[in-house]
Amino acid sequence: MTMRIERYEKAFLGVGAGMLVIFLLALGFTSISMGINLPGRAGEIDPASVRAIPPFNNPGVRELGPGRYEVVMVASAWAFQPNEIRVPAGSEVTFMATTTDVIHGLHVDGTLVNMMLIPGQVSRNTYRFDEPGEHLMVCHEFCGVGHHIMSGKVVVE
Amino acid sequence: MSATVASPEGFQLPAEQRRLVRWTIYIGYFALFAGVAHGFAQALSYAGINILRFFPFLQGYYQGLTAHGVANALFFTFAFSNGFLPLLTSRALARPLKTPLLHASLWTLVVANVLVIFAVSTNRASVLYTSYAPLQAHWTYYLGLVLLVVSSYIAAAHMFILLGGWRKENRGVRIPLLAFISVASYAMWILASLGIAVSFIGFLLPWSLGILERTDPLLNRTLFWLTGHAIVYVWLLPAYISWYALVPRQVGGKLISDPLTRLVFVMFLLLSVPTGFHHQYTDPGISTQMKAFHGLMTFGVFYPSLATAFSVVASLEMGGRNRGGTGVLRWIKKLPWDDPSVAAQLLAMFTFVFGGITGLINASYIVNQVVHNTAWIPGHFHMTVGSAVALTLMGIAYWLIPYLTDRKLWGRKLAVAQSWFYTVGVLIFARGMISGGLDGMPRRTFIAEASYTKDSWALAGALTGIGGTLMTIGALLFFVVIGMTIWKGQKGEGPKDIPFAHALLPASENRWDVKLDRLGLWFLVAVLLVVIAYGPFFLGYLPPHLVSPGFRIF
Ligand code: HEM
Ligand SMILES: [Cu+2]
Ligand SMILES: [Cu+2]
Repeated sequence: MTMRIERYEKAFLGVGAGMLVIFLLALGFTSISMGINLPGRAGEIDPASVRAIPPFNNPGVRELGPGRYEVVMVASAWAFQPNEIRVPAGSEVTFMATTTDVIHGLHVDGTLVNMMLIPGQVSRNTYRFDEPGEHLMVCHEFCGVGHHIMSGKVVVE
Repeated sequence: MSATVASPEGFQLPAEQRRLVRWTIYIGYFALFAGVAHGFAQALSYAGINILRFFPFLQGYYQGLTAHGVANALFFTFAFSNGFLPLLTSRALARPLKTPLLHASLWTLVVANVLVIFAVSTNRASVLYTSYAPLQAHWTYYLGLVLLVVSSYIAAAHMFILLGGWRKENRGVRIPLLAFISVASYAMWILASLGIAVSFIGFLLPWSLGILERTDPLLNRTLFWLTGHAIVYVWLLPAYISWYALVPRQVGGKLISDPLTRLVFVMFLLLSVPTGFHHQYTDPGISTQMKAFHGLMTFGVFYPSLATAFSVVASLEMGGRNRGGTGVLRWIKKLPWDDPSVAAQLLAMFTFVFGGITGLINASYIVNQVVHNTAWIPGHFHMTVGSAVALTLMGIAYWLIPYLTDRKLWGRKLAVAQSWFYTVGVLIFARGMISGGLDGMPRRTFIAEASYTKDSWALAGALTGIGGTLMTIGALLFFVVIGMTIWKGQKGEGPKDIPFAHALLPASENRWDVKLDRLGLWFLVAVLLVVIAYGPFFLGYLPPHLVSPGFRIF
């Protein structure tokens, strides 16, 4: 009885370890080959003077080159600026965002644009909007009593 | 046959000490009761129904959500463990507890409660249990949480002292398993708690008192999650202790392997802490390399849970077969489902399968961007802490409260129904939250009053509301059973001892597993892993960026 259980146990633990390794390889592969990555370090900023420091003194959407856009976003309780973003389908959009007060979140529904905005830090992530349509954009970190009215939209035309 | 305790024939805890352990644990269940009340309101809010006006003592959703998180995740779990783990250690070593230390830990916990209840109930601390700066709570909130940690340190020190005393008299003898896994759990917590200790005492408390004018949001958040992932294992390990060392006895089986069980707990000691960045995958200011490394470690700490799945199911199968069960799966039916303590814990294990799978998805680096801070997350963790742990602690109560009060459990049938209500509820609830989250529904949000919505959220929200209602019924039934047991349970009819299991494969005297008992050494290795996992971040980041004044906009 004891011996049999020990054999099963070894097999179970071996298969389990193998599966975890396969999952990790799959993650590493997709991350590298498809160029998807997490936000990393993108600069620091004094939250009190965000509105005076470029590019955040001029929030909005601008074209960087053919099919490439940059969204400069300032979050503060309880609004995004800009709160409506329009880009053509197929464009690659880089979000540069920060906050003037507390921690906020920025999540564009149905995309991988999902990041935290932390006072003192600049958040950056890039995403390709392929299909035309409208995406809800919400603050998804608690930021005070008005948290649930903090939203906007991304319109892909 | 080798026992997992030093003195299998029996050992009685002095009555005074039972009383102190009992009150420590009662505080935990009180906290659960307080927390669950608002859980119901939250679930209905996701269904679009606002019932906050029936909570006249609350000024808002986020105040209630703070209470829910703090009461359920912090006070319930720690008060329970502060009583339960020293009790198990004492029983395992057959040594009485130290009454002054029980008093110290209980009264620190009481003061902690008073401070936090004051701060939260007067809406001075609606910052949610994660306490992210620069939202700034009243100093009583931070001090109260510091004292909660202090009470757990006293409980931990208590266990170390018992074990130290036992070792002196039993040189060269293997530590009884039940004591080993209890002590290892709180040893891990000592290391894990370092993050919030530094954050709360060094930054948030002085900042809330005006001694520090500004604070560093990213640093405090990082320190919180240094503790915050490991804390989920601190919640989980008392449940694992029960699954490994107690439930097998309750179902008529045995603990499969003493060495493997020790190994699992040593792995948790080593790997629980250096994983915290997986809660910060989407944060700025932390390099992607560090995040990837923590992701890898997270997959590592999944491993002891896989081993647990095997061992626990093997124990159950043994019990089922000993009770006349046959077939590949038919033995499951032979398990004592009519024992409420067993039923609750079997169902807890079942929900944990889904909790574990969704957790592995969360940990999966870039996949995290799909689910981070959406309703998926509460969907996930109500199947871990919100049921695998909570239901197990309820199941334990069905023998523990009778044991501590020496009263017979009141309403066995109701108690069995209770865990079914809760389980069916949590599965429906989680199905709702998870699908809502994948559809972009945010967590920590007063959905019933939000300025935005999506038509497709209706079904997810309704399931959340229905599931949450069943969970609430299940939880209330638990309080009825326990309350009635304490009040009306038949005196003198409680169990006389705790249900510890014997091991099929006992600890050896001279093989590799002897080294597992060197907890001090393993602790140092764990410290080293934390330094490796967090050192590069702190080196590149410090000194603190004191950029943020406090905001009280709640
Ligand atoms: C009747 C039972 C329960 C119900 C209906 C319930 C419902 C909920 C809901 C709907 C949320 C999400 C709220 C939001 O994000 O806006 C939530 C959050 C949470 N729940 Fe529960 N819950 C219950 C029991 C528990 C238990 C037993 C635990 C732990 C032991 C727990 C721990 C938590 C935690 C830690 C949060 C996160 C709080 C935060 O985001 O700050 N819940 N609960
Ligand atoms: Cu917000
Ligand atoms: Cu975690």
